[in-house]
Amino acid sequence: MYNLKERLIKILFTVLAFASLFFLLGIVFVLFKESLPIVFELNIFKFLTGTHWYPTHEPAEFGILPLMMASLWVTVGAMFVCIPLGIGTALYVNELASLRQKQFLKPVIEILSGIPSIVYGFFGMLIMAPLIQQIFNIPTGLNALTASIVLGIMAIPTVASISEDALSFVPKSFKEASYALGANRWQTLIKVIIPAAASGISTSIILGMSRVVGETMTVLMVSGGAAVMPRSFFDPVRPMTSTIAAEMGEAAVGSIHYHSLFAIGLILFLVTLVFNAFAEMISRKYRIKLGLDR
Amino acid sequence: MSTENNVRIKAENVHFYYGDKMAIKDMSMNFYDEKVTAFIGPSGCGKSTFIRMLNKMNDLVPHTRAEGSIHFDGENILEKGVDVVKIRRKVGMVFQKPNPFPKTIFQNISYGLEVNGEKNKKVIAQAVEESLVRAALWNEVKDRLHDNALRLSGGQQQRLCIARCLAVAPDVILFDEPCASLDPISTNKIEELILDLKKNYTIVIVTHNMQQAARVSDYTAFMYLGELIEFNSTDKMFTVPREKKTEEYLSGKFG
Repeated sequence: MYNLKERLIKILFTVLAFASLFFLLGIVFVLFKESLPIVFELNIFKFLTGTHWYPTHEPAEFGILPLMMASLWVTVGAMFVCIPLGIGTALYVNELASLRQKQFLKPVIEILSGIPSIVYGFFGMLIMAPLIQQIFNIPTGLNALTASIVLGIMAIPTVASISEDALSFVPKSFKEASYALGANRWQTLIKVIIPAAASGISTSIILGMSRVVGETMTVLMVSGGAAVMPRSFFDPVRPMTSTIAAEMGEAAVGSIHYHSLFAIGLILFLVTLVFNAFAEMISRKYRIKLGLDR
Repeated sequence: MSTENNVRIKAENVHFYYGDKMAIKDMSMNFYDEKVTAFIGPSGCGKSTFIRMLNKMNDLVPHTRAEGSIHFDGENILEKGVDVVKIRRKVGMVFQKPNPFPKTIFQNISYGLEVNGEKNKKVIAQAVEESLVRAALWNEVKDRLHDNALRLSGGQQQRLCIARCLAVAPDVILFDEPCASLDPISTNKIEELILDLKKNYTIVIVTHNMQQAARVSDYTAFMYLGELIEFNSTDKMFTVPREKKTEEYLSGKFG
């Protein structure tokens, strides 16, 4: 009796543990299956490099380059916000903050990461967009710049908390060794601590990028939504995620439009997969380099 | 033991506190040029805390406070506003666990020179070689100076740390249980090195190993619960200790 119970419990947990793998495989399968038809119905090269996204026109055009460029621009723009602020925050918390400041700042950063993305969207639409519109005196504040700033702020917690972890993993003995040789605080930070944490910091940046690329609700609300090639950061844009979110409801099931949206989803999935794999690889290497994983 | 030793460091009535807790109580003693001074005593008696006062490493620990005076190089280093960087360069330190930087062997040694403003590549390369030779490591690493230092064995890493310390040309070297994590052969090498280095430096070593203190040191200080119980030449301390407490510790009655 006892043995049976043990075994049942073991089976139950095994099933639970493999459930996420099952879901992952299921999602990948559906993505591939639903994207596949465009290979037959469209020219793949034109699909990837076409500059016109007119899915409902007659005749319809399916070129996703403007969408990919929009995602790229917004991501790059967001990096300009979240890298300096995120890493700066991590350095401050780890190196300069007093214990009390640390105890205050760390939870604040965590809370920032817990805010639902729709709230960021709201903030972007109602506060950031009018502000940007006024400052630069442009027709609309809903554009790539606003999206970059709001997404950059969203990604700060990811970059800051992972960078901070990386910095705090740097053994105290490195710091002591550096000080004992007559190095000052600044030299120790630049020449010993940051290089030792470099891989962890790069991981944080990649994961931050991954977060920005995949973010949907916020960009849908603040990016402006124009599916044309962006020429400046003041142009309204339509990144890949918001395209799917905005159009999936209208696309007829089984139409080319429908399959194209799945293909965009597949590309997004592959991009974030590569980012995450890269981050994992770097952080593993980093543990070995510091002798934490031998 | 000649009595005409030059006093390099003079500690007088030194107290040290972690928060409200007194860790060092009224210590007074001298450290002599070209001699090895060993600290022995049970764990937590304040040995490491005391030697870390000599190169101001305790400044890195928040909520600590020092009283009294430690005279070194014409100034009281416990006073506020002393040039900490200058003191640390003159008083080098080798730690309990070998702690090379995750850089190459060469960079580990050049680091100390660079942070102290040396830019001439030739001077740096020469200093790297000289320090490695002095630390008896050159022959083992001369063909792989650009390998990561973490690939060296524990004993080699510790000698690299000694070389790194020598490169910045200190007057005093503090060893904080340098053999605690090493095997007997590596320990032996480090001890030989210490005996060789004392010809040019003032050496202070904390050790848990009484035999080690007897082998390498000229003077021994026995500490217990933050106090200096006895300070004497090593010969006398180990043969005719003055204090009953010292005798008990040396004979293994506690520790």
